[in-house]
Amino acid sequence: MKSLLKYIKDYKKESILAPLFKMLEASFELMVPLVMASIIDHGIANADTSYIIKMGIVLVLLAAVGLISAVTAQYFSAKAAVGFATKLRSALFSHIQGLSYTELDTIGTNTLITRMTSDVNQLQNGVNLTLRLLLRSPFIVFGAMIMAFTVDVKAALIFVVTIPLLSIVVFGIMIASMPLYKKVQAALDKILGRTRENLAGARVIRAFTNEESEIAAFEKENELLLNTQVFVGKISAAMNPVTYIIVNIALVVLLWTGAVRVDSGIITQGAVVALVNYMSQILVELIKMANLIIQLTKALACAKRVESVFAITSSMGDGKLTAHASRSKNDTSVINNRNTQNNAAIVFDHVCLTYSGGGDESLTDIDFTVQKGETIGIIGGTGSGKTSVVNLIPRFYDATKGCVMINGVDVKDYKITELREKIGIVPQKAVLFKGSIKENLLWGNENAAKEDLEKALEISQAKEFVDTKEGGLDFMVAQGGKNLSGGQKQRLTIARAIVRNPQILILDDSASALDFATDAKLRQAVKGMKSDMSVIIVSQRASSIQYADKIIVMDDGRMAGIGTHEQLLAENEIYQEIYYSQFPKENTEKNA
Amino acid sequence: MKNQNKGILKKVLNYIGKYKFFLLCSIVLAAISVILTLYIPILTGRAVDCIVGAGAVDFDGILRILKQMTIIILLTAAAQWLMNACNNKIAYQVVRDVRDEAFKKLEILPLKYIDGHSHGDIVSRIIADVDQFSDGLLMGFTQLFTGVVTIVGTLLFMLSINVTTTIVVVILTPLSFFIAGFIAKRTFNMSKVQSETRGEQTALIDEMIGNEKVVKAFNHEDAVREQFDEINLRLEKASVKAIFFSSLTNPCTRFVNSLVYAGVGILGAFLAIRGRISVGQLTSFLSYANQYTKPFNEISGVVTELQTALACAGRIFEFIEEESQVPDAENAAVLTNPKGTITMENVSFSYNPEQKLIRNFNLEVQSGQRVAIVGPTGCGKTTVINLLMRFYDVNSGSIKIDGTDIRDMTRKSLRDSFGMVLQDTWLHAGTIRENIVMGKPDATDEEVIAAAKAAHSHSFIKRLPKGYDTVITEDGGSLSQGQKQLLCITRVMLCLPPMLILDEATSSIDTRTEIRISKAFNTMMKGRTSFIVAHRLSTIREADIILVMKDGNIIEQGNHETLLKKENGFYANLYASQFTA
Repeated sequence: MKSLLKYIKDYKKESILAPLFKMLEASFELMVPLVMASIIDHGIANADTSYIIKMGIVLVLLAAVGLISAVTAQYFSAKAAVGFATKLRSALFSHIQGLSYTELDTIGTNTLITRMTSDVNQLQNGVNLTLRLLLRSPFIVFGAMIMAFTVDVKAALIFVVTIPLLSIVVFGIMIASMPLYKKVQAALDKILGRTRENLAGARVIRAFTNEESEIAAFEKENELLLNTQVFVGKISAAMNPVTYIIVNIALVVLLWTGAVRVDSGIITQGAVVALVNYMSQILVELIKMANLIIQLTKALACAKRVESVFAITSSMGDGKLTAHASRSKNDTSVINNRNTQNNAAIVFDHVCLTYSGGGDESLTDIDFTVQKGETIGIIGGTGSGKTSVVNLIPRFYDATKGCVMINGVDVKDYKITELREKIGIVPQKAVLFKGSIKENLLWGNENAAKEDLEKALEISQAKEFVDTKEGGLDFMVAQGGKNLSGGQKQRLTIARAIVRNPQILILDDSASALDFATDAKLRQAVKGMKSDMSVIIVSQRASSIQYADKIIVMDDGRMAGIGTHEQLLAENEIYQEIYYSQFPKENTEKNA
Repeated sequence: MKNQNKGILKKVLNYIGKYKFFLLCSIVLAAISVILTLYIPILTGRAVDCIVGAGAVDFDGILRILKQMTIIILLTAAAQWLMNACNNKIAYQVVRDVRDEAFKKLEILPLKYIDGHSHGDIVSRIIADVDQFSDGLLMGFTQLFTGVVTIVGTLLFMLSINVTTTIVVVILTPLSFFIAGFIAKRTFNMSKVQSETRGEQTALIDEMIGNEKVVKAFNHEDAVREQFDEINLRLEKASVKAIFFSSLTNPCTRFVNSLVYAGVGILGAFLAIRGRISVGQLTSFLSYANQYTKPFNEISGVVTELQTALACAGRIFEFIEEESQVPDAENAAVLTNPKGTITMENVSFSYNPEQKLIRNFNLEVQSGQRVAIVGPTGCGKTTVINLLMRFYDVNSGSIKIDGTDIRDMTRKSLRDSFGMVLQDTWLHAGTIRENIVMGKPDATDEEVIAAAKAAHSHSFIKRLPKGYDTVITEDGGSLSQGQKQLLCITRVMLCLPPMLILDEATSSIDTRTEIRISKAFNTMMKGRTSFIVAHRLSTIREADIILVMKDGNIIEQGNHETLLKKENGFYANLYASQFTA
């Protein structure tokens, strides 16, 4: 919680004024019983009508001033709470933007989204309530006690006993039931999970005729939920009656003490009435406070969750070199640099990669060089590490052993933004954003001219369908690109990477939704782009990489071979297996 | 609308009816506790009247009153506690009953319903709506009930003391409703703006954080940040307005309450001077004045809550009352160890009446034959699976296994006779082992491992952190698509029924894993009647019957040779374009 407090700093004034005005309101409320007492003792006892009217006006004035203070307090607290949430949300969003892939993998994007939305909203409510009520309720409770002291010290002692007793009961019950509520939530989550599962897996469950056992399991979990709920219910149901007993027994004692004191002439009848009023004010506030505390614990839990996101920092340090500097400082700043590889676009120098929390090594001893202008194909089975290899180039992950160099400089030495600017990557999953096609393409390079966009569309074989869309480049892509087909989305993501005019273009299995002919045309067009651009094509189709300058065959995180199509087809067993599974032998022979 | 609500209410009462005893107790206890609570101020007033001044205290009287008070306090507390316990019992048990019922329904709904409705929506009906309905309805009921009893009781008690003062209270109270209503109307638009802006922000968060990796790949963090902050500031403005104005209700109604209090104080004092009421009675009045308006404020809230609750109840009942699948016939046959001859006679089927899919389709499959289903993606290959497994029923014609119409046998025995592996893999949240034994819950470890070995999944399972006891999440978590599919194959391998339905993998799986999978498939298919949604040329060519589907229709059938000979046939063209380029 503490670390989140800084976001309310800019609202210091509001966060102090809000409770102050709330307490002002409370003070006026506390004066009411005294006024009433004087009406009884002076007005009624002396039959003084003008005094009664005067006091009546005082009551109305107190109410009016109370109203104004309350409204002021409400305003300040709304401003502070909303301002706090706004700052927090902005900071959290910013923080998430700064996390690296490793952290995103461990937290999961769904979690991040709930943290940003519902958790922050809960916190906003929590702050709002805290500012308004957290001080007010104890203030009234203790204020009532102090007022009681001004009326009569001995009678006030009853308050001194009652209040701690009440607090113990209220908080005791709450502390006892809190962990139980967590249990209820857990039980509910289980039920929810099973329901969702049964919907998604309806076919499989029915195919295996598991309906009966699913129902039985559900009923069992449901029964467990019921039992927990009833148990918790019994405990929290005790709260009201017990507080009721304590306050009212205190009232009985108060009346008796009052009677004795009045009899001996120490206090008046009106004073007794005032004391009784204070006692009932305490009861009302305590109930409010109990509700407030329930809300607050919820908000605190949210705060903890939000804090845990802030606690995760990017595991990736930024380098200092900008692209320009790297060329001139090459020799001095990079020790690891081998002369022969100076001109290579990409060098993998005995690279290993272990994902955090992932157990075994995912990449082992990857070692290859890509010259400027070369096209490299990477092929291999699912989970063989193809994507892991290309993810190291824009530094989405850091190699755990060895190093990756671009233009002869370790990627870790580049400023990350500089590094990624050189690289155009087309990820496996074709992701587009809500906005026009143009806006989406400009992600690649904000300064691209219209001609650049058109050219990129041509190369990515997307021009044809973009032209048929209403508005062409201004066609609005729906959220998640839902109004485009898979192939169209893929071609646009390729165009987006090309707009960047990168030194290195990475196509990570990004033509899977294209037919063979389009795929071939695409490759042809990419080849015709600027001559010193290196291209890396990751694919499961042998046809996509067949004509690359070099093909890397991945198997189980290792390089099983590297060479041209002919070399590999002649001597690499895995490559043969892949190739012939897609181009059955007799066909190839027939066509050859 | 009214009638509909009435209908829902009736159904709710049906569910509650089971707990009549608790309900009756709850109502009686509520009445008792309210009336006793209201009696306390009167006793307090009487006690105050015994304390007139120095030397004028009626100790005997006061002692008697205090004794009464103590007893009443204890009784009230007991009544309150029991009432709460009863309410909890009713509420939670009704929730359990409704949920059980809904879940049972879920298992017998036709797949058509599950396919055609948003899963999120169904889940929220069973979980959130049920909760809200029980909270709103049962708590609302008791609140409404105690509220009304409180109001009536207070009125009666007040009238019994003094009529004039009572009238002042009754006249001034509606003011607070008026103010609350006024504020609510004014703030409605502000809340709307607030929730719209919030929606916009959530959409952006969803989109950007959901695709954070792409954002990073394009160095787009700062641009996205700017976009976010712009919406965030708008949200701030809208929220401050909405929250501030709607929070005015409380202080305003409290102000009205204070006015009532002052009014009662002044009037009561005048009356007291004239001796029409005692000081004690004035005290009782003042505490009533404090209490009287509260139930009104609560009730106005309760009414909206009840309406939402009814709406929620309506949604859940709508689900429970959906038409179930046609139940098994009473004398339904039990299919045991079928040979696996399958005949489809004049089968017609469509998902919706306007769009005919399969018309007068005939097919004869001998025991042990392989049927390959081919066609472009989205051509409706799953339709055949849907019909064979009886996930959907044919519109006309019949499907027979070993000569018996599948509608004349139990669904259980039919489905037990088929082993099914879908490309769209589905896993349970639970351990790997639990996922494998779905079809054979009592399988031994040896059997499980043997099946895993046969399905080529043993080697990767072994490498998982806890092997077969590794817990996986609903979506398979860290498993790759290929691994998930191998698990699903293992599941079928373990029980190996006489007939198979297999969906071959396409793009999401690499060719080498695919080879492994198809090896596993081949082991399984030996001697079994099998239907394969086929993508690989070898599978297709080895099939005894090839069904070519297009746009949901079966347009050609035959074997590889006969179909190739067909001049300009769809299959012939497909083959030429896909496999000979």
